[in-house]
Amino acid sequence: MIGFSTLFYKEILRFWKVAFQTVAAPVLTALLYLLIFSHVLDAHVRVHGLAYGSFLIPGLVMMQVLQNAFANSSSSLSQAKITGSIVFVLLPPISYPAFFAAYVLAAMARGLMVGVGVLLATAGFIDLQIVAPGWIIVFALLSGALFGALGMIAGIWSEKFDQLAGFQNFLIMPLTMLSGVFYSIYTLPPFWRTVSHYNPVFYMIDGFRYGFFGVSDVPPLTSFSVVFACFSAITLLTLELLRRGWKLRG
Amino acid sequence: MTAAVSLTNVIKRFGPLQALAGVSLDIGQGEFFGLLGPNGAGKTTLISALAGLIRADSGSLQVMGHDVVSDFRVARRLLGVVPQELVFDPFFNVRETLRIQSGYFGIRKNDDWIDEILANLDLTGKAETNMRRLSGGMKRRVLVAQALVHKPPVIVLDEPTAGVDVELRQGLWQFIRRLNGEGHTIVLTTHYLEEAEALCNRIALMKQGRIVALDTTERLLAEHPGASLEEVFIRTMRA
Repeated sequence: MIGFSTLFYKEILRFWKVAFQTVAAPVLTALLYLLIFSHVLDAHVRVHGLAYGSFLIPGLVMMQVLQNAFANSSSSLSQAKITGSIVFVLLPPISYPAFFAAYVLAAMARGLMVGVGVLLATAGFIDLQIVAPGWIIVFALLSGALFGALGMIAGIWSEKFDQLAGFQNFLIMPLTMLSGVFYSIYTLPPFWRTVSHYNPVFYMIDGFRYGFFGVSDVPPLTSFSVVFACFSAITLLTLELLRRGWKLRG
Repeated sequence: MTAAVSLTNVIKRFGPLQALAGVSLDIGQGEFFGLLGPNGAGKTTLISALAGLIRADSGSLQVMGHDVVSDFRVARRLLGVVPQELVFDPFFNVRETLRIQSGYFGIRKNDDWIDEILANLDLTGKAETNMRRLSGGMKRRVLVAQALVHKPPVIVLDEPTAGVDVELRQGLWQFIRRLNGEGHTIVLTTHYLEEAEALCNRIALMKQGRIVALDTTERLLAEHPGASLEEVFIRTMRA
């Protein structure tokens, strides 16, 4: 248990020491998105009967939760692998479930910290309601955990920073940007609307948004089922890779 | 008495390369043991397998009677490894690094022992310095300190003095000798053969994944009258 808590603490300390880059910068990025899009579209676009700025905020929060949870576990593991300092966590008697839990919880912590930061930073601009706080918490935790676990797979798989950047730019970024952060999928042509239903991030954002406004493109329970299934699959896969020592223990 | 390290027919291949070709070896508790060989002989592969950093294809590896795969938790707690590569985590200072490493081994309050290690490795003045700011020799000493935080009965040093200046090397060996005197088993790989000759009671010479000579330092030298360990090493490798 001490091994797990130490690894968790180390992972927290690692991103907190560079919080300007790992927490403040993503909050600023989200704020810029909000300022630009809401300034241009607020007077012209309403989604689900909401002002565009209000509609946008939950999506931006969730996007930052996901991207930062992923970035935390993936960068920590890939950096440790590439520099060789991964030996410090491979030599001690830390079990693979404890290893998994420490990295995923720390990734969630960073994702949620950035998410709360975005909410607080935007609170002064737009009046945001909260209809179902339970769904907000459930989707934030589950989605952060899922992307934390996905980040572990990416970090373990990557042998070069280039490969990690590829994973981030060609998989994570399109999945999050094309998930309904900036629009309702019902404004899309039928083909792209159907495609969006195959993107699990769509359900994370849609369910999360339901918690704020009580409206969503699909029922929140459906979104929860999809996200939970994805989380379970990714968790099982990550645990199996860790058990085998895939790309960690030669 | 249970052997500190027990290896039985350990085999490891990396694709076409036979890194370990059936290594069997027992190292007794309290020994100062030298594992010597040219680059590529399989020393680091053997140490990595013992430490659980790689998995042997077959064979058995035990630390104080505990299998490194099936009983890995106990085996790893009993083993301290100083890796060959000069690796460090750039986010932390020396004390943080050692506290974190203690925690990984299940030890929460370890400052007294950490202070003792720092003093013995002449690192007290650098305790609050970030790892990035240390010289190569100091980083190497922190690696030694990290291997010792949990007071392991078996300590493996994979070329611990590479890049360390003479004075600090003497200090390091004095500390390691003290640990050996207190009952810790020391397994050393080094390319400084005069160090191995002076420190080790028993030596194994490895070549192409096999042990080609294994005896007490005294007997190895006696077989080649008048020769230094370096000369014995060269003759054995050429044979």
